[in-house]
Amino acid sequence: MLSRLRSLGQYSLSVLEVLGRAGSVWWQAIWRRPRLENLPLVIKQIYQLGVLSVVIIVLSGFSIGAVLALQGYNQLVQYGSESALGLGVALVLVMEIGPVVSALLFAGRAGSAVTAEIGLMKTTEQLSSMEMIGVDPLQRIVAPRLWAGFISMPILALMFSVVGIWGASLVGVNWLGVYEGAFWATMQEGVDFKSHVLKGIIKSVAFGLVVTWIAVYQGYDTEPTSEGIAAATTRTVVYSSVAVLVLDFFLTLVMFRF
Amino acid sequence: MQMRTIEIVVGAFMLAGIISLAILAVRVSGFNVGTSTGTYAVYAKFENIGGLVVRSKVTIAGVTVGQVSEIKLDNETFMAVVKMDIDGSVTDLSTDSTAAILTEGLLGGKYIGISIGADERILGDGDQIYDTQSAVVLEELIGQFLMKQF
Repeated sequence: MLSRLRSLGQYSLSVLEVLGRAGSVWWQAIWRRPRLENLPLVIKQIYQLGVLSVVIIVLSGFSIGAVLALQGYNQLVQYGSESALGLGVALVLVMEIGPVVSALLFAGRAGSAVTAEIGLMKTTEQLSSMEMIGVDPLQRIVAPRLWAGFISMPILALMFSVVGIWGASLVGVNWLGVYEGAFWATMQEGVDFKSHVLKGIIKSVAFGLVVTWIAVYQGYDTEPTSEGIAAATTRTVVYSSVAVLVLDFFLTLVMFRF
Repeated sequence: MQMRTIEIVVGAFMLAGIISLAILAVRVSGFNVGTSTGTYAVYAKFENIGGLVVRSKVTIAGVTVGQVSEIKLDNETFMAVVKMDIDGSVTDLSTDSTAAILTEGLLGGKYIGISIGADERILGDGDQIYDTQSAVVLEELIGQFLMKQF
């Protein structure tokens, strides 16, 4: 009984410790004065994290938009209100699926790469050599990746929504024969910039922050072995997926009334 | 890859993001910047608002001129008080105008239709429309119909 209690206490202390370390990595990397000479590094990371994720985002966005249109049409046509298809697909994509699914893809495509890269740097002691020659790895390695994720994620989510709506219009209007004017008019009538599009953007910014934070911290905190890197990469994908889904619920809850 | 190429590609990526935002704003949400002429509030009391919700539209002759911004219950008369934000460009609503809660199509959402009266006095900010017509509730109609039958 007592030993169980002890291990429970140990476990909660270690959770707190991880949170504290992750917080301090984030704090030291972001909130120390961002340096302008690091801008090329940030641009390089936006290329690595953002631009290279565009293909997977566009492909998935198109497929999900097309599927939403197919499924939505089948349900709506029973009530003769298939003209509301555009509205339904646009709301679902802009507010929920766009930010969430692109964050999940981003975690799998970019987050895992960041963890593996930083983890390998730590394992091969590149990080400690940097410290030896007086370069702060938090400034040089961690901060550009955090900023790049923070900037890329909303852009990817916006692209996802736009391509998804385009896919839905191709399936709905050009194939299933929903009247084009009604498709776009109900969408413009029902979707509000401030209360729908902006909420989606806020969500995707938060997801970008959380996913890159988890990825960077897991890499920075890797146990310096090959198994350590493997475990850290897995943890990045698992933790960030769960974090995105849970955070999505709470963000929706908070923004529900506004 | 050369730094310059990367910078150009990243620039294109950012541009794609901005274009996506513009598409979402203009094409999807019908965001228009030009209507910032301000609004004024007009109140109306209804016995039953049916399925009217905040952000339902307010129309005159079928043209949208504003939206419902607040719905609450008057604790003395137990009637619903609906606050409507009417577009500032729509002036000259006479004080004896009628506000009716109508339905869009058979299954569509509820909206408020205003019919203009003949009075020379004009509704200003915070005024109330007294002549109102409640929502048609399908169950009540069926009830009345059945009562007449038997």
